[in-house]
Amino acid sequence: MSVLLEIDDLVVRYPLPRGLFGSLARREALSVRAVDGVNLTLAEGELVALVGESGSGKTTLAQAVLRLVDPVSGAIRYKGRDLTPLSSRELRPLRREIQIVYQDPYESLDPRLRVRAAIEEPLLIHGLGSSKAERLDQVREALERVELSPPGLFLDRYPHELSGGQRQRVAIAAALVLGPRLLVADEPVSMLDVSVRAGVLKLLDGLRKSGLAVLMITHDLSTAALFADRIAVMYLGRIVEHGPADEVVRNAQHPYTQALLSVVPDADPRRRKRLQVLRGETPDAIQMPSGCRFHPRCPLAIADCSSIDPELRRPAGVGAGHEAACILLPTRE
Amino acid sequence: MTPLLQIEDLHVWFDIEDAPELHAVQGLSMSLGAGERLGLVGESGCGKTTTALAVLGLLPPTASVSGKVLLEGKDLLAQGEDSVRPHRWVDIAIVFQGAMNALNPVRTIGSQIVEALELHGRATGSAARAQSANLLESVGIPGSRAERFPHELSGGMRQRAAIAMALSCDPKVLIADEPTTALDVMVQAQILELLDRLCRDFGLALILVTHDLPVVAQLCSQAGVMYAGEIVENGRVDDLYHEPRHPYTRMLFAATPGLSARHGEIASIPGAPPRLDRPLIGCPFKSRCDSVFEPCAMERPPLKAVGAEHEAACHLNDRAQASA
Repeated sequence: MSVLLEIDDLVVRYPLPRGLFGSLARREALSVRAVDGVNLTLAEGELVALVGESGSGKTTLAQAVLRLVDPVSGAIRYKGRDLTPLSSRELRPLRREIQIVYQDPYESLDPRLRVRAAIEEPLLIHGLGSSKAERLDQVREALERVELSPPGLFLDRYPHELSGGQRQRVAIAAALVLGPRLLVADEPVSMLDVSVRAGVLKLLDGLRKSGLAVLMITHDLSTAALFADRIAVMYLGRIVEHGPADEVVRNAQHPYTQALLSVVPDADPRRRKRLQVLRGETPDAIQMPSGCRFHPRCPLAIADCSSIDPELRRPAGVGAGHEAACILLPTRE
Repeated sequence: MTPLLQIEDLHVWFDIEDAPELHAVQGLSMSLGAGERLGLVGESGCGKTTTALAVLGLLPPTASVSGKVLLEGKDLLAQGEDSVRPHRWVDIAIVFQGAMNALNPVRTIGSQIVEALELHGRATGSAARAQSANLLESVGIPGSRAERFPHELSGGMRQRAAIAMALSCDPKVLIADEPTTALDVMVQAQILELLDRLCRDFGLALILVTHDLPVVAQLCSQAGVMYAGEIVENGRVDDLYHEPRHPYTRMLFAATPGLSARHGEIASIPGAPPRLDRPLIGCPFKSRCDSVFEPCAMERPPLKAVGAEHEAACHLNDRAQASA
């Protein structure tokens, strides 16, 4: 599998307004460090899940990949070419290849556009398809790929005539019609009913098997565990643990990942467990904690944790490709 | 012994302009004992929230209701608003999904709880303020935050404030409608832990309305599975998981496998729930069911006992009985 996307030491900050008084007083310019030095790769046909709570920076990272926000430093290499210095004109042909699907298909589809128009619109924007008939063929094909068949049944419907799962499929079809190589899916099932979640997840899995690379953003580790090849767990702008999905779920190393896993309730009451609930909420990324960002909430923190900023490394006793950022983990010989 | 809350043959119809009536709840019966915890689960549109609102008399004027909602034997629906009002918040309180909608955005959370206390004659002036601070402390909000406005709090904190407000009149029953749905996993766990503690400390009975079966398994001992406006199976959560007697229950569990599932082991339920604005013929689940047979087409199966504290509405159970 060849590497399609390579994120290299990426940093994204959002500056905070100082106000007139603040700038006159030359108060220090503050910024939110939403993504703070992230490395991640994605190969063709791979599904990587980026897991974290609100405020962890996972959505900002996804937006940076699409260049919807501009990074401060670092590189985003797509097929070996760095996207960060490109102008919007230079980016345009690449936008076809990197598409996003949003969380809420009730918001992301225009309520006044029929399905056929919603899926055709990206083609028009990118000047694809020489005739109306050719574009319609592409729209039909996209509907088939998301298993809304026969397409004729759906072409003339409005979003309100579709169920939540069908809407999300239409949103995915509107991304697929451009023939992307990389699909970013931002919480693709969290707004959907449980009965249809599996269908949408299996659809993404099928697309991955046909060669598409999928970066799935989710706050739900159990969703990530089902279909991802690899899982990256983010906390306050950093990846704190990363590895093959099975390894991360069954052999979690970082105390944060362990806590996240422990609070996923099980549907079997016999496996009911004492939730290992962390106190408090993710602190804001303006006043970043010193040392390890997780130490104020970490149940295992020792004195050194407030001064040493741990690096991602492969600790002893874990499989290849599995890394975590915690000074308490044993080092390999 | 009379149960604390008993719902008998509840029906709710919504009058929709230029359209046939929508029969949202179709003869629902259930009961809740003091201190019991019951989960009400199902997909969106199955009537869970409508049932919760009907119990509290909070449905819009377009709704018509029949049946009985007995609180300690007394029917809350008998005289409409007049018979519900004395019990709403006082005996039965509700917490909604988006806590932002339940809180007044231009008043501090402390003053909103003080208002609730004064309105119901529980306390006034400084006594009410002290009690409001106590309530906030009991849900894990430091007293110093009482002067905050809802928008200054995180989603989890707002949900805690809404729970504090619901508890202000010391109710016997708390209805929590999707209390954790919009929250992060860790905050969800905090709220579940809080509800668990409050139920134990205050002897509260809980009705947890949710589409999330694992959340019910974590918090409730009993559950009712709703489909198309009725309960299709109810019983101990343990029995529902290990010995489901309705295909819908089995398929719902398969759609929320949790961490113990193997790679890719998740199943969706094909199709969609039936429309409730036209009469249902036969079993309402027949078009999505994987075990359909002859009687399902024409006869709507009634809810029948299938075991101890276990009922299900499925023809398969009759067949199993006949062949046994």
